[in-house]
Amino acid sequence: MHKELLIRHDRCLGCRSCELACAAAHSKAGNLIKAMLAGERLLGRIFVSQVRDKKVPLNCRHCEDAPCIDACITGAMHRDSSGVVTNDGGSGKCTGCWMCVMVCPYGVIHSDLMERKAVKCDRACLNDGGVPACVSACPTGALLFAHPGELSDEKRKEFISQLTD
Amino acid sequence: MKSKDPAVNRLIKVAADQGIETVWDRYEQQKPQCGFGELGVCCRNCVQGPCRVSPFADGPRRGICGADAHTIVARNLVRAIAAGTAAHSGHAKHLAHALHAALHGKAPAYGVRDEEKLKALAAKMGINTDLPVSELAEELVRLALGQFGEREGPMPWATAVMTESRVEKLAGLGVLPSGIENTISEMLHRTHLGVDADHVNLLLGGISCAVADMAGSHIATDLADIMFGTPKPVVTEANFGVMKEGSVNIALHGHNPVISEVLVQVAGEMEQDAREVGAEGINLVGVCCTGNEVLMRHAIPPLTHSISQELPMLTGALDAMVVDYQCVYPALASVAECSGTPLVTTMDMAKISGAVHIDVDLEQAREKAREIISLALEAFKKRQGRPTTIPDIKSKVVAGFSVEAVLGALAAVDSADPLKPLVDNIASGNIQGVVLVAGCNNVKVPQDENFLTVAKELAARDVLLLATGCGAGAYARHGLLTPEAVGQYAGSGLKAVLTAIGEAAGLGGPLPLILHLGSCVDNSRAVDLAVAVANRLGVDVDKLPVAATAPEFKTEKAIAIGTYAITLGLPVHLGLVPPVLGSAEVTSLLTSGIKDILGGYFIVEPDPHKGARLVFEALQERRRGLGLPSREW
Repeated sequence: MHKELLIRHDRCLGCRSCELACAAAHSKAGNLIKAMLAGERLLGRIFVSQVRDKKVPLNCRHCEDAPCIDACITGAMHRDSSGVVTNDGGSGKCTGCWMCVMVCPYGVIHSDLMERKAVKCDRACLNDGGVPACVSACPTGALLFAHPGELSDEKRKEFISQLTD
Repeated sequence: MKSKDPAVNRLIKVAADQGIETVWDRYEQQKPQCGFGELGVCCRNCVQGPCRVSPFADGPRRGICGADAHTIVARNLVRAIAAGTAAHSGHAKHLAHALHAALHGKAPAYGVRDEEKLKALAAKMGINTDLPVSELAEELVRLALGQFGEREGPMPWATAVMTESRVEKLAGLGVLPSGIENTISEMLHRTHLGVDADHVNLLLGGISCAVADMAGSHIATDLADIMFGTPKPVVTEANFGVMKEGSVNIALHGHNPVISEVLVQVAGEMEQDAREVGAEGINLVGVCCTGNEVLMRHAIPPLTHSISQELPMLTGALDAMVVDYQCVYPALASVAECSGTPLVTTMDMAKISGAVHIDVDLEQAREKAREIISLALEAFKKRQGRPTTIPDIKSKVVAGFSVEAVLGALAAVDSADPLKPLVDNIASGNIQGVVLVAGCNNVKVPQDENFLTVAKELAARDVLLLATGCGAGAYARHGLLTPEAVGQYAGSGLKAVLTAIGEAAGLGGPLPLILHLGSCVDNSRAVDLAVAVANRLGVDVDKLPVAATAPEFKTEKAIAIGTYAITLGLPVHLGLVPPVLGSAEVTSLLTSGIKDILGGYFIVEPDPHKGARLVFEALQERRRGLGLPSREW
């Protein structure tokens, strides 16, 4: 079973460290300072949005039944052998038709108008321990890289501890 | 809803239609804002950082140097107080320099205009008032300039403006500052890596700095009155409807009257030049506290305030925006680029890329003012034939309530003891208490909403209201600085008192519902009034049913003002949560612990109805303390 990127939204403070770390990990230079010095255009693939008081980081859920794959007309969007949904290395090239952007229910595919290419979480950011850059950067533990079962296990224990307090 | 001001909302729509970005768009783009910053637990004071302490149990409890949340929150807060103090006292110092230069023949546009105020102030500061005016002014300005560096013993400009018991109390706490800049510098030192890490001690340092802020603000008010005249009641109009399509409209924005006063003089002399370019005349209008300064002394109409400062250019009828410093958004340059309005910066220490810079130096102030107004005349010529959108919305304004003017009105009721009518009516309950409404607008609050709610709730419950800064500006634009508003909003006790004083003073009706005391440095006028009442009753300010509220504040200056208000003993309501919640101890000290020490404390409540109620209840607690009849909400 693959690890997934899980969100504990009640812990997000909206610092946007995940956005920066994601962009830096995907930069040519590979880190924020070097990329800034080189004048690179930084693009994040995780998005922290605020609605009323709630701040929530969202990125691609790598859906089992991914509408973006079905909608892709060139064959760029596909699922790779590790289960990651990406538009890099598919049977065709992304042409920036934005069909994937339109069908994604979470709004987590960015339309890069300059490169005319859809840009999304591709997990090409894992560190030596296999943890995504956004998760390593999160200072509050709002982002986890774990089996979904681990999160439900944690939540069950939290719930029970409230009952028994 | 972005603003309660219909003229502002109309121009926000113009901005949207033209694709011009404003403060409200940038606020949306900034969301979400970092929670560590909101909580005050982010430290950037050294390059081992930035560090942040986690509000969650499993996160880091300390920064790299070992500073915990309490230290970091307290350090950040007192740095804000120091910055606010630097702003107010920098403004004061510019006035002192201008007066000093004038006395030495190096600033021909300036001089002593109000000898009476000069003498009264000199007497207060222990200077021999028998000296000729120029020598007296010289002595006073020397004393003023001497407040900035380190002195032996506490600053007279702080101790002479407080009650004796407050001076003793603050001396006992060791927080009487020995000089304004000395204290600011000490706070920067103490918040450097590895100096003061005791949050209580840091907050005491912040209090000392806030006392320096009060003194600096007081110097600014005092010297401005001496050089430009002490305000007397004036009648004019406010809001966008005061712009005139056929006139050369020039907005004066910022805080420093050294610049705006000379522009007012010179504009008066250039009316003929304006007519020669086909204009009906020159129409000066005010923005923010420069607007308040020229409203108070010259009845120049206030146009708009704080967060709506980008909108005047969008009318297409503004021919120059002349700015000095503080609260001037750099974004003005981008709007100016779109609208073609000259944006003119006037002080070498405050430039904006994209603006025209004309340094209004003291020696050639009049020539520089002429140059600026000539730019506006050119802009007027160029805009002929282009469409304009001037929202036809304006309100009457009665302003100009210096302490001298307030006492003058009260003296009409009782010339032997001017404060008696005020004190008697507070005692009887016709007036439940006095509340100063101060501070800015903040983009996080629909503009003016908290100001209007707080004022209406309190006025209806017989609370006498004073206002300064952008708060006073809000009330000006919404018609609350008028005798007419008394009939609409005042409770019966307040209405009777305002009417009796107004009629005795020969106004033929009540005083305005809210008394406009001036700009944000003029919160010093509220201090003087509170201290005068306290001395008249023989109690300290912390016993009086007097409070302050900053329901839409945003600046570091506002944090400094709020801190000096609690230091004097006032309950101070804040309508936004300051960045201190990351430390439960600092939060609890500021909102309750400090009450036992100073009598003053912060009340934090974003809901303006609830905030007004908490302020009212604080007044009632004090009424009970004095044995006066109290009321329920």
